[in-house]
Parts: sequence; structure tokens; C-alpha cells
Amino acid sequence: MKRADDFNQKREHLKELTDEQLERRFWELTEKIVDPLIDLAKKNTTPSIERSVLLRMGFSSIESKAIAEGVLDRGLIAKGAGHVVYKLAKHKEMDIREVGQKLIDGQLWDVAVRLFEGGTK
Amino acid sequence: MELKPNEKLNIKNILEDLENYRPKRRGWTWRTKKEALEAGPFMYKDCSLPLARRTPLPSAKYFNDIDPQPDCVITTEIASGRFEDDIRRMRMAAYHGADHIMVIRTAGQSHFDGLIEGTPQGIGGIPITRKQIRAQRKALDFIEEEVGRPINYHSYISGVAGPEIAVMFAEEGVNGAHQDPQYNVLYRNINMVRSFVDAAEAKNVMVWADIAQIDGAHNANATAREAWKVMPELMVQHAINSTFSVKVGMKKENICLSTVPPTAPPAPCMTLDLPYAVALRDLFKEYKMRAQMNTKYMDSSTREVTVTHTLNLLISKLTSVDIQSTITPDEGRNVPWHIYNIEACDTAKQALVGMDGLLDMVQLKEDGILRETARELKERAILFMEEIIETGGYFQAVEDGFFVDSGYYPERNGDGIARKVQGGIGSSTVFERDEDYLAPVTAHFGYNNVAQYDPSAVTNPSKLIDGCTLEKHERIIYIDELDETDNVDIRLENTKETRETTNIKPEVEWAGDGYIMVNMFLPTSRSIAEFAALKIAKQMGLEDVEVIHKEEMHPSEGTRIELKGKVAFTIDTDSLVIPPEPIVISDDEIRLAIDENPIKIVAGTVGEDEHSVGLREIIDIKHGGIEKYGIECHYLGTSVSLEKLIDSVIELNADAILASTIISQDDIHYKSMKKLHELAVEKGIRDDIIIICGGTQVTPEIAVEQGIDAGFGRGTKGSDVASFMVKKLKEMKEEKDEN
Repeated sequence: MKRADDFNQKREHLKELTDEQLERRFWELTEKIVDPLIDLAKKNTTPSIERSVLLRMGFSSIESKAIAEGVLDRGLIAKGAGHVVYKLAKHKEMDIREVGQKLIDGQLWDVAVRLFEGGTK
Repeated sequence: MELKPNEKLNIKNILEDLENYRPKRRGWTWRTKKEALEAGPFMYKDCSLPLARRTPLPSAKYFNDIDPQPDCVITTEIASGRFEDDIRRMRMAAYHGADHIMVIRTAGQSHFDGLIEGTPQGIGGIPITRKQIRAQRKALDFIEEEVGRPINYHSYISGVAGPEIAVMFAEEGVNGAHQDPQYNVLYRNINMVRSFVDAAEAKNVMVWADIAQIDGAHNANATAREAWKVMPELMVQHAINSTFSVKVGMKKENICLSTVPPTAPPAPCMTLDLPYAVALRDLFKEYKMRAQMNTKYMDSSTREVTVTHTLNLLISKLTSVDIQSTITPDEGRNVPWHIYNIEACDTAKQALVGMDGLLDMVQLKEDGILRETARELKERAILFMEEIIETGGYFQAVEDGFFVDSGYYPERNGDGIARKVQGGIGSSTVFERDEDYLAPVTAHFGYNNVAQYDPSAVTNPSKLIDGCTLEKHERIIYIDELDETDNVDIRLENTKETRETTNIKPEVEWAGDGYIMVNMFLPTSRSIAEFAALKIAKQMGLEDVEVIHKEEMHPSEGTRIELKGKVAFTIDTDSLVIPPEPIVISDDEIRLAIDENPIKIVAGTVGEDEHSVGLREIIDIKHGGIEKYGIECHYLGTSVSLEKLIDSVIELNADAILASTIISQDDIHYKSMKKLHELAVEKGIRDDIIIICGGTQVTPEIAVEQGIDAGFGRGTKGSDVASFMVKKLKEMKEEKDEN
């Protein structure tokens, strides 16, 4: 899109504002732009977020990547990758790292899928 | 491990037991302002606590070696691609006043889906890996103790692995980071939805670790065709990232706006840049300012860049600055070299200290073009945001190419960077969380159904797993190396000679790289000069020669050339014959010796030379010269003939001649020394007197080769000359007694 500089027409509604009013307007508009973005971030997750959760649970970057990929492949990412590990550990009464190792080895995935069956709780 | 100024830092000590190293603290540190700092004969208004160990500015020697430190944090950016060599540069920069060390990432890391491990070599920066980060933070933990001031360590949390990098940084005690999802979207073509969702998680981890954030708005300056026209948009970009961060939970004092004066001379940069700096600081008064230097209009002249950057520092001073970034003056010609990091730090320190207290005398005008333009910029920014909302929000605005358009908004030139909401790297990788979504860890952002397992853990989700790595550092799984052929051990082995023996080689960025820079003037045109210079350098024996700067002095009369090339050899420092440092006798001992055996001298500036400042410094009592010891001085003036000096020494029965020789063209100064010696021999008095010659271009060893007793170069004090005379006269007396 091309447009000439029509600042003088566009600013009509701003020119009478005091500096304080102008600054307030600046920040109100910013909030309007940002609020939907924050809302989006609260409700969604991504592979990187899930890998970062696994890192914090005590997995290496390589392990986190393998587990997160497995979670994604089996459609479980909406539950949380850390959740998959946590729920399995609880269910199997196993250590978190041990569960992670088994998942990386391709084990326990069927149990995981079953545990989360029915989608949202 | 304690670092000692006279010992080199051993990288192997840093690497030892690295797997068990824990950073000693976390979070950002500002400098401690010192009200009314006294240093030497001066009082400073805008300085911070001094350093325990430091290298002052070159001219500090005229002021008792004082080294006042400005009150803002000073950044240096390091990008050699080898973290082990960067560490040595960090130590040098810390001595010159840097307390914010920013390591640049290797090209392409932002598209790497996950963390990189090990110590592979990077291009234009290092691959940011846990091992390299940990080693550098560990080294800085020692360096900050050496210089006596906390050093902030900084890198980048962007790309498609932002949240993971943020976690790793939090675990490893990184203190500052760039984080701005708009950077991903506009310059890295990473999917915009993914970028903002990732950013919230990354920022929340930064909040936990008290990491200071720098945004990415300055990139618009560097990208836009006419950098000064994107000023309204820059304020919008700053506002979006800042507000997004605050809404995640970041405190405003940890949010630093990366702001660059958009233009450079010969543009009238103050007229363009200052109103923008004022408008920005008006709007963002609750936030911190990270003043970046202009990189958009950088060419290969380090002198030109330094002037531009000094003007940038003037803007910092006239407005405000919390973190003063420094861009190395060689960035326009190569990946920065050691010496230019240091130059850049010194430029900032020098200019800011020089402008200390300026605002007590000078004030920005409250009316006129400055305030009118600032107001106009704010209104243009508001119009920009109104249109974003009108068009359907941020994502739609990016799709419509609102950003980095070269028009002065609301003018649009249709050349903005447009991205698709469904497009870019990492598109379709954002997933809505289910109702039972859980992440049992600390510093997780957004919806997290912890209560389904333990309502008491809602405020502390990692309670579910008995603490995560953020509370329990020992839970981190450390990976050492993944690549057997590309790692630090191999590089250390290859550079062993220059690291572990007495053999040295010149270097610009890496141990043993062998590069030197040669400056020359060639009396010919630019195009001929370049090729002539290449041939000259090759005949000098340099390898991999490259002209890094050429500048016209006149279309045909001459060209200035700077080139780099490698030397193929090493020098064994053990084989060097180094004259011992002169032993300076204490003032009291000198006085005592002169009381016992009074000394008389004749002095003058020889040849057709009217410079007398240096000689007066050596003689005059008011400059701390040799008169203060009771030495009888007969100053004969300037342009004194050699014969007159000899005649006077005979006539006055003096003990010594002090001749000042400033002009060095065609080695006239050394020729005069030789002549002086020969005249004294002719007159049969050579064994009875001391002949001393001084001057800024005098090399002591070469002076002595002319037959005189001593030569003194730049930086000589009266006490050096007096010490020498006392010792020499004693030797002469002893010799006579023996005979």
C-alpha cells in the first residue's frame, strides 16, 4: 500500500490533546493491541514451550526433544508434554527420569494414550 | 581460582570441572552511583564507584591515573565465534570499564529448533550452548572479582527455541537477554503466532531469573531504507514489546528499550535524532534506556564511526541512558577485533566522563523545533496504532506490511516487511491447551491445571515433582560435547604453541590467528592504490592479504590504505633482549645525593625547533621537574645550536647537557645526538659530562646508539631524569676513583 503523508488531516482529533492526554492515549492503544496477544499466549502451547518444561523437569535437551516429538506425534501436546511424563510416573509409580527414558525408547506410549483417552478431563 | 593482573587467564582452568559449576548469583546489576566522586584533583557528578583493577584512558597519566567510571552500565558486544578467545577479550573489556558483556549468536541459530550443545565454532558469534554459556559465566565470575564490579552477561532469547534458551539462561545465571517476538516475525520470518506464544513463556522465565530484557526495535533502523523515517513505528514496536512483557509479569526496571539515534553525519543528525530521543524518553519514562549506537551508516573508516558514536553519546548525555551500548568502530569492515572492542569501551567512557556534569550547565529548550518535533513523532505513533486496531489487530497489520515501511508514517511507500499469519518458520505449531493441560514446573506462563492433582501446588507447580531445575540445579542434565571434530579441545590443541609456550604471534580475534594491520599512504588514485598495497603486503611476506579500508586523500595525489594480512611465523619471547626497566630512586634519595654532590645542568631545545613544553616539564619546579631536587638548571632556550650547548657546559663547569629534540623528520633528532656526542669528544670533555636527549619520538635504545648517555621518550618525568643523573654521576665518580 502506498499513501502520501496526510498527517495534517489525520491528526485533527489529536492536536487539541494535552501531552498527558496524548501519552495516556498512546498506552491505551498499546493495551488494545497487546491484550489479544497475551490471551493467545495464555491459552496455547508450542513444541518449544513443551521442551522447556521437560528441561525444567530434569531432562537434557536431546531427551526433551525426543519426548516432545513423541507427544506431538501421538496428539497429546494439548495435555502438556510434562503432563504426559508426570501422569505416567504417577500411574506406574516410577521415577520421572525413568519414565522419560522409556518414552525415548518407544515404550509406554500406549499407556500414555490410554491414560489421556477422552481428551479433556 | 583468583585472577592476577600479571598472569594470563588459563582457559583450561575454566573448563575443569565445568559440569559441576553453578553460577554464584542471578539477576541484573546496575552500577552503584557515587554522589560527588572525588578522583585526583576533580569532583564528578555523574559517576559510579571506581574499579579495583582497571586500565585508565591513555591521557589519565596526566591526572594521577584516575579512571572515573560513568554511572550507566557499559556494554561490549563480542562475536568472534570462539568462546575461549572471547573470554580473554571479556577480561580486557572489563579492565576498560565494560560491565555488560553481550555475546552474539552464530548465524542461523534462530532457526535451530532446540538447544545446541557442545562447543562448535560459530560464524559471527558463538552457537549459544550450555557449555559455552557456563564457561563464560564462570570466567566472568572470576573476572568480576578481579575488577571489583559485577559483570552482566547477556545473549539472545529469540528464534524458534526461545523458551528453552530462556530456561537454560535462567539455570546458568545469565543476566540480560534480547527478547522481542517482533524481531522473530519481521527479520527471521518465524511464524508470528508461534513467536508471541513462545515469547510469553520465555519472558516469564526471565522474570523468575531477574534477567534484564532488551528489545529488538533498533533493527528497524538498521533495515529501513531511510532509517530516520521509521521513528513513529519504532515507538510502536517498543510499546508492544514493553506492554506485552509487563502483562507477562516483568517489572518495568528490567525492561530496556534498545534505541538508536537513526542518522549519522553528514546528515544533520542532532536535528533528526534528538527530538526522537526526547519523545521516546517522554513516553517511556518508567522504562530503562539502552542506548545503542548507529550501525546503519557505518563504513570502513574507524575514525568516522568513532565521531558518529561520540555524537550518539552526546544524545545519551543530553537525554538519559541506563545501558550505554558500544559498537566497535571496525564493524563496518570485519567481525570486531579485540582492540576495537576496547576502543569502543574507551570511547564511551571517555565521552561520558568528559561530559560529566553537563546538564548542570546546559538544558534542552522547552519550546521550538525540539518539542514540536517530539510531539509530532508521538502523534504519528498514535496514528500508527489507531490504524493497527482499525485493520484488525497486530497480526493483520503485519500481513498488511505496516512495519519497516520506508514512509514517514502515515506516509506509506509499500515496501514494508509483510508476513502471513499462517506462514513462516514454525507455522501450524501452536496448539490450544486442553482443560487438563499441565506443566509441573516453575515460571510457566498461562493456563496450567495444577489443581487437578494438588490444589496446594497451584502457586508452586513444581511441588508436584519435588522441585524443578530452577530450584534444584543438580537436576540439570549437562551435555559436554556432541561433535568430536568441532570442539574446544581440538582448537586448544591446534593453538597450543601460542597458548602454552613462550612463542607468540600477533592476533586480532583468535589465539595464533597471525593477523596484523598495515596502514599506508600511497601517492596515487584509489584503484591503483588498492592493488599496489596488496602487492606491497605480499612482498612484506604477509599471507591472506585483504584491503580493509581505502580512503581518498585526493583523486590523484593520494590514497590512504589499511590492510590486513597474516604473518606465518612466531617469535620466541625468551629470545628477546629487553632492556631492564629504569630503576627510579625515591625523591628523598635523589635529594640526599644532590645535597652531597650538587648537580648543575645546561638545557635547551636543539636545532630549528621552537617546542619547549616537554623540556620545561622536565626542568621546571612547578611541573615537578628536576629543579625541585635542588639541581641547578641553566635553560638556554629554543633553537639552541649544539656548539652553544657544549660551550655553555664548559663555561659553567656543568655536569650534564639536557637536549630536547622534537623534530624527527629524516631522523634529524638522532643525527643531532650523534653530533652532540662528537662535539664533546672533540672538545675533550666527553668523559666529564652526561649527555641526555629527550623528545616524543625518541627511542631510548636508539638514542644511546648515537653515543649519548641516555634517551628519554614520551611520558618521561623529571624524577626519571634526576634518577639517571644521580646514578650516572656516581658511576663516573667511582670510575675516576678507580683510575
